[in-house]
Amino acid sequence: MKIVIIDYGMGNIHSVAKSIQVCGVQPIITNKKNEINSADKIILPGVGAFDDAMVELKKLDLISVIQQQINGKKPFLGICLGMQLLLESSQEAKINQGLGILKGQVVKFSSRQDLKVPHMGWNDCKVVAKDCFLLSGISGQAQVYFCHSYYPEPADKSVIAATSSYGGEFSCVLHQDNVYGVQFHPEKSQAIGLKIIKNFVQLC
Amino acid sequence: MLSKRIIPCLDIKEGRVVKGVKFLGLRDAGDPVEVARAYDQQGADELVFLDITASFENRKTLVELVEKIASNIFMPFTVGGGIGEIQDIRNLLNAGAEKVSLNTQAVKFPELISAAAKRFGSQCIVVAIDAKKQIDHWEVFINGGRTPTGINAEVWAEKVARLGAGEILLTSMDCDGTKDGYDLELTQAITQKINIPVIASGGAGCLEDFYNVFAKANADAALAASLFHYQELSIKQVKSYLKERGVAVRLT
Repeated sequence: MKIVIIDYGMGNIHSVAKSIQVCGVQPIITNKKNEINSADKIILPGVGAFDDAMVELKKLDLISVIQQQINGKKPFLGICLGMQLLLESSQEAKINQGLGILKGQVVKFSSRQDLKVPHMGWNDCKVVAKDCFLLSGISGQAQVYFCHSYYPEPADKSVIAATSSYGGEFSCVLHQDNVYGVQFHPEKSQAIGLKIIKNFVQLC
Repeated sequence: MLSKRIIPCLDIKEGRVVKGVKFLGLRDAGDPVEVARAYDQQGADELVFLDITASFENRKTLVELVEKIASNIFMPFTVGGGIGEIQDIRNLLNAGAEKVSLNTQAVKFPELISAAAKRFGSQCIVVAIDAKKQIDHWEVFINGGRTPTGINAEVWAEKVARLGAGEILLTSMDCDGTKDGYDLELTQAITQKINIPVIASGGAGCLEDFYNVFAKANADAALAASLFHYQELSIKQVKSYLKERGVAVRLT
């Protein structure tokens, strides 16, 4: 199986690659279109700012490639910022729109006085979807590692596969057909995170 | 609910853990990967690695070390010590560190904080503040606590938050090494002032110290070094105790 991790200069590639590797597949880290086109599965990681990320994807001319591959029903996993880019827009971005695969926008945790932002540390991942293969075997008690200031607010609530709670509920896993997105870092979430990665690797 | 974090801290010199970590069952108590793995198994929520050599020649060793840790341990960790360039930060993050911690260079060049936060996101930029009590305020010290700066720690904390730091690692120089408990007054003063997470450091000696810093000073994480290294307390013990007392922790 060929799993491609898109390398667009937005960090965190190494840990993601290693987590795939321990699940038995040697991933390919690349920004080349032909590699992405010939992949069986695609992962878009990323930490940093929404605008910068879209600028990098544009520079590498990868936007239409990613959109085509997703529309072609290839399994796709966005992690953290890589997930946020799947939406239409973000409150963080001044200039750029997102990839628009999922309807909705990315919003900032409200800066109410008692809510510290970034949301940083281990918090619940409460599975709400019945049939999300990515989350199979994840129990109600699961805690995963978060490190972010923005979160997705999909227009269609049926794509929400799991939620967490920080100054109110927010979606932390999205699933629409072949597209998956996680707001937390599975590659940093120890055994539970590796289970999620493994599920993606085993996904048919 | 977001869990309060327990974070062991390791000093690194030329790619090795120094000051000794006396775990049973470690093949090599100086190997950062072995130590990280042991703490991972104990249920640590994060790790902090502080490079105490922090010389230019040493940068490559540190990046290689980060790569090695990230290849073996799937948990978040922060790397600090002598970081002064955007390129340093990029290399460490690319190698698999979740966050980097800035200290002396951030005081000398505060624009480093904003530049790093803009490029990599606030969530991966930690600013470490070493503070010491003066008559009516706490003063920031740099160069490993050797150089006073004349800067008020509360004012500095507010400034780094404004510049885009995502977290503060707050060490009380007065309490560090005493085992008399965290500096609740200092920690409280800072957590009241700012809206980003604060890791309290310096002074942990017993179970109740952890409870106090979370319940009374509103810290988000508590860091300790020798207490864990010498197994005076295990992370599991600390977490079970905190849970009993109603503090949200992650039990593994």
